[in-house]
Amino acid sequence: MTDAAAANPPQNPAKPSSSLLKQTDRMKQRNAAEARFKYYGIVAICVSLSVLFIMLWTIFSDGLSAFRQATFSFTVTLDAERLDPDGNRQRDEMMRVTTIGYTGLLNDNLIAYLGERGISTEGVTDKEIAAFISRDTPARLRHMVIADPSLLGQTIRFEGYATGRIDGYLKGRVTREIALLDVNISVAQLDLADRMVDDGLLSLKFNWGFLTNPDASDQRPEASGLGVAMIGSAYMMLLVAIMVLPLGVSASIYLEEFAPKNRWTDLIEVNISNLAAVPSIVYGILGLAIFINFAQFPQSSPLVGALVLTLMTLPTIIIATRAAIRAVPPSIRDAAMGVGASKMQVVFHHVLPLAAPGILTGTILGLASALGETAPLLLIGMVAFVANYPAGPFDGGILDPATALPVQVYSWASRADPAFIERSAGAIIVLLAFLLIMNILAIVLRRRFERRW
Amino acid sequence: MDDQLMTERLVDAQDIKITARGVQVYYGEKHALKDVDVDILTNTVTAFIGPSGCGKSTFLRCLNRMNDTVAIARVEGDIRIDGEDIYDSRVDPVQLRAKVGMVFQKPNPFPKSIYDNVAYGPKIHGLARTKADLDGIVEESLRKAALWNEVKDRLKESGTGLSGGQQQRLCIARAIATGPEVLLMDEPCSALDPIATAQVEELIDELREKFSVVIVTHSMQQAARVSQKTAFFHLGNLVEYGNTSKIFTNPDDPRTESYITGRIG
Repeated sequence: MTDAAAANPPQNPAKPSSSLLKQTDRMKQRNAAEARFKYYGIVAICVSLSVLFIMLWTIFSDGLSAFRQATFSFTVTLDAERLDPDGNRQRDEMMRVTTIGYTGLLNDNLIAYLGERGISTEGVTDKEIAAFISRDTPARLRHMVIADPSLLGQTIRFEGYATGRIDGYLKGRVTREIALLDVNISVAQLDLADRMVDDGLLSLKFNWGFLTNPDASDQRPEASGLGVAMIGSAYMMLLVAIMVLPLGVSASIYLEEFAPKNRWTDLIEVNISNLAAVPSIVYGILGLAIFINFAQFPQSSPLVGALVLTLMTLPTIIIATRAAIRAVPPSIRDAAMGVGASKMQVVFHHVLPLAAPGILTGTILGLASALGETAPLLLIGMVAFVANYPAGPFDGGILDPATALPVQVYSWASRADPAFIERSAGAIIVLLAFLLIMNILAIVLRRRFERRW
Repeated sequence: MDDQLMTERLVDAQDIKITARGVQVYYGEKHALKDVDVDILTNTVTAFIGPSGCGKSTFLRCLNRMNDTVAIARVEGDIRIDGEDIYDSRVDPVQLRAKVGMVFQKPNPFPKSIYDNVAYGPKIHGLARTKADLDGIVEESLRKAALWNEVKDRLKESGTGLSGGQQQRLCIARAIATGPEVLLMDEPCSALDPIATAQVEELIDELREKFSVVIVTHSMQQAARVSQKTAFFHLGNLVEYGNTSKIFTNPDDPRTESYITGRIG
């Protein structure tokens, strides 16, 4: 049959079919619809990209300055008479000289240094010069000296923060017009700041303190940092990972491989999907009721934060893990079962290793969303002013008060001093950096494991 | 079917390995297999033929209780291996499957090394006491599966990197490594090219010396080439069961004749 058809193809010259060289009307319509659809897609992508770009641009233009800080660098003579009146270098005796004593010493040294370098202090009182130095700086000098009494009597090169207004001036946030309206700063002080910058006494330096310092009070925004928030977030992520992975994976394995399919498991499945959609603040209320009011765990502690975030992430992780387990081809299960592997062996020798990349990716993405979660933490008291570092993770640090990165963003954004707004944006950059690292890690792990398959 | 080289084969062994009596299988409401009686002999290749959906794979999967993994499947009737009822409540299907190996339609090696693929069964059943024992089992199984010469230098490479025919022979090696007494093959050549098919068929003929082999196939030529006994299934019924030469040359049932001459199915 086929041979005959090929030798003598059916032709009908009497009735010419439509030309292939000319598009029919219907074809034109279809092509136009396709072109329109492509165009909508491109527009949608352009809109979202531009929104993303605007967001990143605002965050970075506001926040990058938080990583630099106006810093003094001048020689300080540590007068033993003033700092250790008894002269016996005893730690307890030296502690009696308070920050106020160090403030006076620093002020005198700064004025002396200005005179030494021939920087004119015209129109600026000594008190106004003293106001250049952050209130945090004398405290740091005091810590330094008490930790190392041998410094007494020496002349050292000391670096200390300038106040928020001077910092703002160097970054362009504070201008002369603003200074006219501001009781905290005068135009003459700004002129002096210019001269200090010319001399090299005052400069913008990379601000490690922003990453390591704890939060600071409204009077000294320049000293505040993300140290406590990062430790808090790190503790929480660690605890969440430890709790959520075994729970989520074992629940998923049971539901996917062992559970009978009946009304109960259907109910559980529906509930898990619903839990994933519960607003996170509800988990905060739950955590407040269960972990703080009932179980009496300490407020603001990373442990309670982690428990709440675990509850919140668990449904997401279960859903991701079940999808990963379901994606393992049934032929592998058949093969293992065919050689006489028991159900456990099938799961642990074959299904889990193959599902591992998917599980890991799901877990890391779940952790990333937990890292950025703010609402439930507000309710368990993590939006707090915490000036002390929590202890190490094995010294009960998980029960010490701490904050978290997103909560720090929130609390800085609601403070009055504009220096905190800059820091809030800076904290967002740090948070975004962590999220980016976690997402990259997820991608790398997935690639790495998938190569074995 | 006259292009078919049909040699008169003697069924040389007469011991009955598996007896099935009155086997019924239901998938939910569907009555998939109706009242099947079959005796499967030792050292014999038994072929199940029939159109798609006739129940031949279902029956095969009853023999090592793979249907247990299908939640809605229900098996009734009596299947005995060496006189022991395999659906007895005391029988652990895992233990049964070590005795009744299976090769699937699509080659499904584990995404592990060739060595680990074959060694997995013996490992979980504790068949090898030492590494040397295990090496021996792996080599012997690969030799029996006619794959040893092709893979002996790359045992550490992934089993999924082999060609389709090699993968299927690897799966056969994996199935025989646990020392089964019966080997079930569910359309083992349907995903293979003619050359690989020929190799696997040759292999099946050799395996007959050690095991009793049950093979489901869509290719009647294949059934004629490799089997000594043939069972023809149609719409869930076992229509005819007998010596292959008889089924293909002089079937009793008109339906069998229609199927093998291509009129139904």
